[in-house]
Amino acid sequence: MSAPLFPQDEAELSAAIIDAAGPLQILGGGTRTIGRISEGQKLSTAQLKGIVLYEPGALTLVAKTGTSIADIVTALAAENQKLAFEPMDHRIMLGTEGTPTLGGVMAANVSGPRRIQVGAARDFALGVSFVDGSGRFLKNGGRVMKNVTGYDLVKLMAGSWGTLGVLSEVALKVLPVSETQATLKIHVSYWDNAVACMSAALGTPFDVSGAATVRDAAGGLGVIIRVEGFEASIRYRMTELRARLAKFGETEEISDPWAEVKDLPAWAPLDTVWKVSVRPTDALNVIAMMKELQKDYGFSCQLDWGGGLMWLGLDAKQARDLPACIQVHTALQGAVAQLGGHATLMKSDILSEQDIPHFQPLSRPVEMITQTLRGKFDPRGILNPGRMN
Amino acid sequence: MEMPQPNSEILLKKAKVAAALRAVLPHDAVIDDSSETRAYECDALTAYRCPPMIAVLPSTTQQVSDVLKICHREGVPVVPRGSGTSLAGGALPTADCVILGVAKMSQVLETDYENRLIRVQSGRTNLSVSGAVEEEDFFYAPDPSSQLACAIAGNIAMNSGGAHCLKYGVTTNNLLGVTMVMMDGEIVEIGGGHLDSSGLDILGIICGSEGQLGVVTEAILRILPKPEGARPVMIAFDSNEVAGACVADIIKAGVLPVAIEFMDRPIIEICENFAKAGYPECEALLIVEVEGSETEIQDQLDRICTIAQKHNPVELRQSQSDAESAAIWLGRKSAFGAVGQVADYMCLDGTIPVSALPEVLRRIKELSKYYGLRVGNVFHAGDGNMHPLIMFDANKEGDLELCEAMGADVLRLCVEVGGCLTGEHGVGIEKRDLMEDQYSASDLEIQMAVKDVFDPGWLLNPAKVFPLSVSESRRAS
Repeated sequence: MSAPLFPQDEAELSAAIIDAAGPLQILGGGTRTIGRISEGQKLSTAQLKGIVLYEPGALTLVAKTGTSIADIVTALAAENQKLAFEPMDHRIMLGTEGTPTLGGVMAANVSGPRRIQVGAARDFALGVSFVDGSGRFLKNGGRVMKNVTGYDLVKLMAGSWGTLGVLSEVALKVLPVSETQATLKIHVSYWDNAVACMSAALGTPFDVSGAATVRDAAGGLGVIIRVEGFEASIRYRMTELRARLAKFGETEEISDPWAEVKDLPAWAPLDTVWKVSVRPTDALNVIAMMKELQKDYGFSCQLDWGGGLMWLGLDAKQARDLPACIQVHTALQGAVAQLGGHATLMKSDILSEQDIPHFQPLSRPVEMITQTLRGKFDPRGILNPGRMN
Repeated sequence: MEMPQPNSEILLKKAKVAAALRAVLPHDAVIDDSSETRAYECDALTAYRCPPMIAVLPSTTQQVSDVLKICHREGVPVVPRGSGTSLAGGALPTADCVILGVAKMSQVLETDYENRLIRVQSGRTNLSVSGAVEEEDFFYAPDPSSQLACAIAGNIAMNSGGAHCLKYGVTTNNLLGVTMVMMDGEIVEIGGGHLDSSGLDILGIICGSEGQLGVVTEAILRILPKPEGARPVMIAFDSNEVAGACVADIIKAGVLPVAIEFMDRPIIEICENFAKAGYPECEALLIVEVEGSETEIQDQLDRICTIAQKHNPVELRQSQSDAESAAIWLGRKSAFGAVGQVADYMCLDGTIPVSALPEVLRRIKELSKYYGLRVGNVFHAGDGNMHPLIMFDANKEGDLELCEAMGADVLRLCVEVGGCLTGEHGVGIEKRDLMEDQYSASDLEIQMAVKDVFDPGWLLNPAKVFPLSVSESRRAS
């Protein structure tokens, strides 16, 4: 295999793709080893670096895709601003190394707990530049907040895992850092109680910016609710939320637990992890199914986004044998297909080499649209082939 | 503005097509009498009119599928229509087309407060979506000015915004899923009650595709709990530059108002004469609205006023009651109507980086002088979405053309300073011929390739969005 390619600018990126003799493995920092990693020559955006434009007064930042998330966060912090969608750092849960980049975050549409309030990475992408599978340098969107000029390929590129084109530049909407934040913990007894509690919190007018579950050291289940803003407003909202959520369990204010919810350090030792997106109340159906399938061995579960995001995991003992794990995987994607949603295999020692779809299989017409679209953007099929199944 | 010549072979098939449509639709849902098709000859861009060959008003997704199958088989172009409130000519027919109106499809199919979503048929009006969830104190956030009349189908087609999208986002940020019928009649479900997509974000390209990829018949929309209250402050300045600087300072300070509206002197005067809202004598007026509990509102307004005071406003008026809030909003909300009273006008929709505001306003003033046409500016300042209203006299020969030429120059100016042709109205036919000012040939080619995927025969709303010369070979095929 020839040495990885590190184009320095868009012209080199375009040339690298035109000259490619076979499949390319597109990389940002290489920290998100999700999906089937394709064979082929590595092509990294790591050298496409730098913040191109930052206008705090316009809440806009434009950067090359190899720019590290850390550098962007630092630049924003100097102006008291932030990436509001708080992208997860997958290194912690996946045990990967490298530097998370803007390109990687956009290509994988990576968001964190605040997604429930403000939207996903894709909602903060204002414009993209990229090189498609034919080597064409293309742009879509721009750097302004509202833009309906032509089709919104920005959304299409976000979450396309490098399979439609290699992103070279992204314009982002950013937001001010809140003056302060507070978190209310409600000690609940059961999953249905947890989901009902989060739905109740998100149904209040108090601008909840995080609603997730946590386990305490003794294994007790808790719901955590976050509010952010100015001090006086936080005090008011915490008091109101406490009053309204007390019926779900004992309440207490706790210090900031959100890094653990976002990056899942406690999930690093697990063998197999799925990320599931469903209607929040459907999470209960998925949990019931997992309880049945894993009744002798157990499983880990954490809810975020009010229940709309489920993390499900098996440790080495729970992932007891290959056929059983394949059965869980298949049942999970099958159940989610019925309910509406998707289940993605995030990591698994036991399953990773198996011939199973890591991403949720698509309905027949959506699969047709997807394949035809790929053919338009990457007619030779060389960009991360097979990454998204 | 040019539209393709109607295809005479299709016109000859009118009776056959109408009969086929009648076989799958209720009798009154097929309109082919030329005295009645005239009702569909234009949308809110009334300068351009053309009655369609036939209009149909299906009531179900299956009927939409049946209609599209027939049109697909017969090679008849289809122009989807929501409520016909497009300012960009998105629903303008051609003489050889079938207008597919979704007006009869207005049911609420599901409300789910626990999961904060509503499923509606796409002909339902924007405001009546909020109406359906009001009793539980929820609302649907995107609020285009036409929200009383405009349909969710059109909102999705144009990715509509509104005054309050600074905080809540536009349609694409509040759309969870759609049922869509493809041109060949195939029914597709995209997205659902869950968040984000596992595969490619197909929903993301459907939204804003101006009815060129499919006909959306049902939508799953995010609903939000209503804020406890909202109140505006009105701040008047003696220059546009200072008002612009004040907007940037408010945003930088970390207060995130739900709306920041900006009006310049010509608009202030016209609105004041029309609505008697009590606006002061000034060059620029900001209306900044915040939400929350009474204490939160006061706290935020105090912060905004402290920032504004540093810019020496001519006047600063904090609303203390619902009546005062209504008075502050009255002029702004009647802006379009007020301008309509004094002249014909064309409403532009370009978006610019907020930092370019003073320069753009100055250059619009120069263009106004050059063309000899009055311009008033009213816009969503928080997100740079301008609405220059160019006034002209439709009865004066050449004035419309002059106005269009000036409009094109203003939009080119928006692109030049780093902005775009349209922030929330869509391209339609209005900005179609300017697309090459914003996008390279390859950028347009890849967008057209996306349409090829969904509608290879280019039958759905084919003469919109892309300059005719650019899309010609595809439309001919």
